[in-house]
Formats: sequence, C-alpha cells, structure tokens
Amino acid sequence: MIALLTRDLKLAIRAGGGFGLGLGFYLILAVLIPLGVGPDPQVLGLIAPGILWVGALLACLLSLDRLFALDHEDGSMDLLATSPIPMEGVVAIKALAHWLTTGLPLALAAPGLAILLNLPAGAYGVLVLSLALGTPALSMIGAFGAALTVGLKRGGLLLSLLVLPLYVPTLVFGAQAVTRAAGGLATGTPLLLLAGITAGSVALLPFAAAHALRVNLR
Amino acid sequence: MASLWEYANPVKFMRLSGWLLPVTALLAAGLIATGLIWGFFFTPDDYRQGSTVKIIFLHVPSALMAINAWVMMLVASLIWLIRRHHVSALAARAAGPVGATMTLIALMTGAIWGQPMWGTWWAWDPRLTSFLILFLFYIGYIALWSAIEDPDTAADLTSVLCLVGSVFAVLSRYAALFWNQGLHQGASLSVAPGTRMDMTYKLPLYVCMTGFGLLFLALVLAGTRSEIRARRARALLTRERARA
Amino acid sequence: MMPDLGPYATEVLLAYAVSLGLMAALVLWVWLRGRRIKAELARLESRLNRSPNGQD
Repeated sequence: MIALLTRDLKLAIRAGGGFGLGLGFYLILAVLIPLGVGPDPQVLGLIAPGILWVGALLACLLSLDRLFALDHEDGSMDLLATSPIPMEGVVAIKALAHWLTTGLPLALAAPGLAILLNLPAGAYGVLVLSLALGTPALSMIGAFGAALTVGLKRGGLLLSLLVLPLYVPTLVFGAQAVTRAAGGLATGTPLLLLAGITAGSVALLPFAAAHALRVNLR
Repeated sequence: MASLWEYANPVKFMRLSGWLLPVTALLAAGLIATGLIWGFFFTPDDYRQGSTVKIIFLHVPSALMAINAWVMMLVASLIWLIRRHHVSALAARAAGPVGATMTLIALMTGAIWGQPMWGTWWAWDPRLTSFLILFLFYIGYIALWSAIEDPDTAADLTSVLCLVGSVFAVLSRYAALFWNQGLHQGASLSVAPGTRMDMTYKLPLYVCMTGFGLLFLALVLAGTRSEIRARRARALLTRERARA
Repeated sequence: MMPDLGPYATEVLLAYAVSLGLMAALVLWVWLRGRRIKAELARLESRLNRSPNGQD
C-alpha cells in the first residue's frame, strides 16, 4: 500500500501531475475576487473566509477527474482490482495522495492569501485548522465522485456537478468556523462538526467509491 | 393478493399500471383542482399574511413531495442494490424529474411567498436554501442517469449516488440551519409544525397534499412504463444490430 | 368571482401561474415522452416481426 502511495505522489509531483495547479488556481482566485469585488478592505475582510474556503473547494476539484481516469485508461485499474489490496484500500490511498498534493498545500498556503484578502488577525489559526480538518473530506468525497464518473469521456463537468453539492456541509462548517473566529466568537461547534464529517467520509466513502469502481470495471 | 414483489416482474407491472395509471391520474387531477379552487376562492385572508396565505396550498404540498420523491428514490435504489429488480431501478429514474419539478415549485412558491415579508425575490432562509441544495442533488442524479450508456451500470451508479446523496442532503439541512441561525429567527416563512392552523385552511390543504401525492404516483407509473418500454426497445435494437 | 387579493395580488397570482405552469409542463413532458417511446417500440417490434407480448 505504501508503494501505491509513493507512486501516486510521484506522479502528481512530476510535471503535468497537477501539484502546482491547485495552488496556482488558489492564488489566481485570491487576486481575481478583489478585482471583481473592489478593493475596499472592509468588504474583503468580511468575505475572506468564504473566498478562502470556496477557493479551496474549487482548487481541489481541478485534479479530481484524473484521480482514477488515468489508471482506468491504461489498464492499471484492472491490475489494482486483482491485487491483494482491497479496492477500498486503493481508493483510500488515492484520496490520501490527492490530499497530500492538493488539500494540505492549500491549507498551508491559505494564510498567505488571507493577507491579500484582509482576513482579521484572530482568524488565521482557525483558517489553517479548518482547512486541514476539512480538505481530507474534500479529497474523499471527490474520490467518490471520480469513481462514479471514471468511465465517462467528458466526466469532469459532471464530476463537479455531483461533487459540489456534497461539499456543502464541509464548506458551511469550515467557512463558518473562520467567520466566527474573525468575529471573536467560539469556534468549537463548527470545527467539531467539520471533523465529524471528515471522519465519517473517510470511514465510509471508500466502500461506496470501491463499489462504483467495481461496477465501472465490469 | 400475493406479495408486492410480484410487480417486480415487468410484465405484471405493466398490466397493473395499465389500469392503475388512468385511475390515479384522474383522482389526482380531481383532487388538485378541488383543493386549489377551494383554497384559492373559498378561504379567508390571514391576519398577518393577507392573501399570500393562499400560497400554502401550492408550497406545502410541493415541498412535501420534493422530500417524499427523494425518499422513494432512496428506497427504490436500495431495492435495486439488494434485490436487483429492474422495475425498481427504473421507477427511481422516473421519479427524478418529478421530484426535481416539485422542488422547483416549492422553491419558487417559497421565494414568492417571502417577497412581501423580506422585500426581495429570494431570501437565504434555511428552509429555502435546503431546498435549493436538494434541487442540485436532483439535477446531479438525473444527469448521471443520462450520462451512462449501459443501463445496469447506470442503475448501480445512480443508486449509490442516491444513497450517499441522502446522507449529505440531511447533513446539508443541518448545515443550512447552522449557517443561517443568526438571522430572521422565528420569522420563518413556512408553516411550522406547531402553528395553529384553522380547519378552514387545513382541509383544502390536505386535499391538495393528497392530490400532489397521487400526481407523483401517476407520473412515476407513467415514467416507469416508458422506461420499461425503452429498455425493451434497446434490447430489440441490440438484437437487430447483432443479426445485421 | 375573483377574490380581493389586496396588495398581494401579483405575488399570489404569480405563484399560482408558475406552479400550474410547471406542473403542466411536467405532465406534458412525461406524456409526450411516453408516446414517443411507445411508438418507437411498436416500430421496432413490427420490424422484427414479433407480436407484442402483452405489454400495454
């Protein structure tokens, strides 16, 4: 299983693997939104939690459709299906690789972008924490969506349509946590709920995704 | 009568629905017409909401069906996953557009109802927001069915989506409540369960709710019949191509 | 016979118009689709010279 992880990580980091893509997109968004909304620091500060979270969501989406598609196309997926690792494990490892190369970097890069968006000082810690807690769910839910659409040619668009509504609870609790931190309020509840959703997704979605992959491999 | 499972057989289903459909359709039309005419013409205005209270006869039944349709899809999906009855999978597929339309009606009537109260044509009220999210789930479900060629694969994948979607739909409901807790507390525009509603409103409302339910049933029966026929047509086409 | 809808006439009428319109559109869509599929199936079945097996 470790071998699979290292392999996927290496593939992602190599050129064209999409490693920098998510971060680059995140940065572009942090520049475009103020250009669209206006430079008023008050306004930006108010919407910064939302932008940072929605931006993370969209950046995670970018590399999802290649999660299983590449392996599916060249036949490695069939090999993985017959290997001693259960399909659920394959899904979990791929989601982990996705998180390590997309979600985690986003969580670490967010404070830098938050400066651009005038996020109030008290919210930086919660920003990183909420993203760190929430992005694994994004990767896992994304893996589920990718498993559903792996056989389709223009699957990317449908993937977004399927996955984005599933992201809503994570988005709401994550962004609310940051907003409340910015306002000096307690953040325990949203962070706990966020962690709960991630835990539930990581525990249960591999089974759903593996089932979908098996169906698609038939 | 033998077990309900008999109707998992497509032929038996077609026979049953052949007469059940027109009966249901007529009853639905009758009840909806009765309920709406009753509610629109023969109920008084509300003290606070004026004549807009007449919108409940549309909003409540459609909102109810929006949820019930999804629940039916969930049950049908589970039956497919466990017992592999095609009729069940096709019924779930048929229910999608009906549920989506009900959700849309609920959304629009809800928004319009809120206009006099909020002063805008849309308000991010937790209830309305939850229905908007539900609408997105419906769209995704319908889109996935259309996107996949093989019928059995499509049935399998959409069933799993419906399952996972159901969990997240419930989570989203609570998220929307959490998200909008601070604003407009108590001034929810929809009929809260505890509201004392007069019989003058309740009776036509129940008639409408039953009518909408029967409409859903009729449309799903009709839709499932079409799906069964389409499936058979597909099989014939494949056989024809194989011979050529 | 139209009841006095007072200041909310636009809203109420709009709500009814939209709802009935959407319901009508849905019913129409289901019905037309059903007719189309039924006709196509009949066409295919007669082409393959098979008698319909009781489906209707």
